[in-house]
Amino acid sequence: MADLFFGGIDVGSLSTEAVIINSEEQVLAEVVLITGVNGSEAAQKALNQALELAELAQSQIAALTSTGYGRASVPFATGKTTEISCHGVGAHHLFPSTGTVIDVGGQDSKVIQIDDRGHMLDFSMNDKCAAGTGRFLEVMADRLELELDELSNPAYITGPSTPISSTCTVFAESEVISLLAKDTPREQIVNGLQRSIVNRIWSMVVSIGIHGEVTITGGVAKNQGLIKVLEEKLGQKLNVPKNPQTVGALGAALIAKRHHSDSTST
Amino acid sequence: MSLSAKLKYKFMKDYGAPALMSLQGLKRRRSRPTPSAFGPPLESNARLKEILTRHYYLSRFVPGVKKVAWVTSGAPVELLRVFDFYTIYPENHSALVGAKKQGAEYCGIAEGDSFSQDLCSYARIDLGHMLSGKSPAGKLPKPDLLFCSNNICQTVLYWYKAISQELDIPLIHFDAPFVSDRQSEADIRYMAQQLQDMIPILEQVSGNVFYMSDLEAVLKRSQDSSRTWGNILKAMQAKPAPMTIFDAFGHLAPIVSLRGLPVAQDYYNILAEEIDDRVSKGIGAIRDEKYRLIWDNIAIWYKVRYLATFFAERKMNFVTATYTNAWAETIDHLNIKDPWNSMARTYGQIILNNNLKHRLGLMRRMIDDFSVDGMVMHSTRSCKPYSVGQYDLRKAISTSLNLPSVIIDADIADERVWSEQQIQTRLEAFCESLEDTNRG
Ligand SMILES: Nc1ncnc2c1ncn2[C@@H]1O[C@H](COP(=O)(O)OP(=O)(O)OP(=O)(O)O)[C@@H](O)[C@H]1O
Ligand code: SF4
Ligand SMILES: [Mg+2]
Repeated sequence: MADLFFGGIDVGSLSTEAVIINSEEQVLAEVVLITGVNGSEAAQKALNQALELAELAQSQIAALTSTGYGRASVPFATGKTTEISCHGVGAHHLFPSTGTVIDVGGQDSKVIQIDDRGHMLDFSMNDKCAAGTGRFLEVMADRLELELDELSNPAYITGPSTPISSTCTVFAESEVISLLAKDTPREQIVNGLQRSIVNRIWSMVVSIGIHGEVTITGGVAKNQGLIKVLEEKLGQKLNVPKNPQTVGALGAALIAKRHHSDSTST
Repeated sequence: MSLSAKLKYKFMKDYGAPALMSLQGLKRRRSRPTPSAFGPPLESNARLKEILTRHYYLSRFVPGVKKVAWVTSGAPVELLRVFDFYTIYPENHSALVGAKKQGAEYCGIAEGDSFSQDLCSYARIDLGHMLSGKSPAGKLPKPDLLFCSNNICQTVLYWYKAISQELDIPLIHFDAPFVSDRQSEADIRYMAQQLQDMIPILEQVSGNVFYMSDLEAVLKRSQDSSRTWGNILKAMQAKPAPMTIFDAFGHLAPIVSLRGLPVAQDYYNILAEEIDDRVSKGIGAIRDEKYRLIWDNIAIWYKVRYLATFFAERKMNFVTATYTNAWAETIDHLNIKDPWNSMARTYGQIILNNNLKHRLGLMRRMIDDFSVDGMVMHSTRSCKPYSVGQYDLRKAISTSLNLPSVIIDADIADERVWSEQQIQTRLEAFCESLEDTNRG
């Protein structure tokens, strides 16, 4: 019998990911794109690229689950699941002892508690405000004329930090402007910003609790400075996936596979 | 009191309002069909609409005939009924504005007059109405008296003070000490005394005289209707539940704003009969009830239909709520033979004036009695007394009962406080965990 393939597509507010797995749950292809203005176009594009990498045709995908805020605009998906469940399943697959998942994306940040099968037990999500999300860091990096990659620069992690007291993105931005006007060293401001984000995430962590290993997913997991501050606060090491942005899409692909075998076995 | 105003009011009551209602009936028949996820709609809906439309419609003809009082939802209105005040409930009116998705407009008017955005939207809408004269109900009669109680929140006192100053009319405040553990005898005496002290001013404003026998009759009617309402809610323990809590949000209006009047009792008798009939025939509010949920906090008036459909499509039905229960919960404390003290007990212990431990116990009982599988908490920007403590309550309930739950941030009547994408994700994730938990 021909091998079965499953897809997962995560249409996030900033990035769109596609992951293809086989029936052994091995990842055959993963793609990260910018979502842009048209979510369904980005989804199709990401899938096409992933299919190309895996050397498959779309018709060979037995089931595909869409996730992310654009999950409803993926016409070729056979099912849709929230990114909350997907990040849980994906993180569990990569780090099976995970009990708590922290997903910090562009627009939302979530802390998810999962059980030993990767099923979500509880979650907490930021409120409407962008504070405590990747978008906050983007705005600030822009203000400081830094590339996102540069936030991971060790110079911005060690050393003194200037506390940023505003939790609101708009207020924090003007706070940063006035700090710059006072010639506050940039690394101190960055350090302060990382800490302010971590504080926001922390209140969610506290409400969900730390259950065994903690895995961080989403684009912000690429920010080494933030990881370090978070680990300090947590008092334990974080599991950081090699490609944190695709964890949601991976979870979606795994869920597609599960649903497929549920529906064919009954 | 002018004779012509009196005649006009009587004419409208007997002929004008019924004629209007039959016109409305014609319009209603052309309204949209219910989406397929729902069971057959309640027949009482038509009667409810009639009663409320008539109440607002008649209120236009009241000036010069009866004195008008604006009253808060938790105030002991029975006392006012003795003096034949025509009562208007601004909270109810604000909810109506919210349901029509006009909350932001009215709030904006109040904000333009420098009222803070942090003020409860019921208050902002009411002040917006006062400032602009606008109302989806046509026109509200100006109050001759304001009657509020801080047993629901402190906001109402300042809100009514603002109106009192603006219109230069008397404000009566019923001060109900917060029950942080249990009501003390001193608290009860203090409240009972306040109620009796109100009589002279009520006599003066209304021009009517107080009779104890009248109060007893009103209290009896009030207690009967509250009990009937309580029984209707209890009937939702049936599987499938004969109505959803979203229906109940609507059917709540008479017990809030017409409490103590014969029309409320008549209405709940009709509704109770229909509900019992549905239970005996096994008719459910939604077509296929698989999961049963509890709702905490006031309705999100501008999204009732959206939420009802969202959950019905997922075979989930809200079968109970702390909110709808509030007008039945403490009614057994009422004792017609001991009116003053028992009113103090009834009104002093309502949910928003009672401590979190009480609320936790109540919710645990409801979850048990109604075979609840999951909980949705609406953290509402407007209402601090209702929303503070929800995170702790949720934690206590989720951990002890292993019950999936979610908190959504929204508002009662200001539709600007709504982020559909975020709320949809939260609710869907909640549904996923509910299905997961039950799959085992
Ligand atoms: N190289 C990088 N270094 C540091 N941070 C990065 C880097 N690349 C992306 N980010 C952060 O990741 C965020 C985007 O994360 P992600 O791609 O997971 O978002 P998303 O899934 O589209 O959003 P959401 O889940 O909120 O809808 C950006 O806002 C940015 O802060
Ligand atoms: S909604 Fe809350 S704050 Fe507003 S009037 Fe009612 S009890 Fe008070
Ligand atoms: Mg994401």
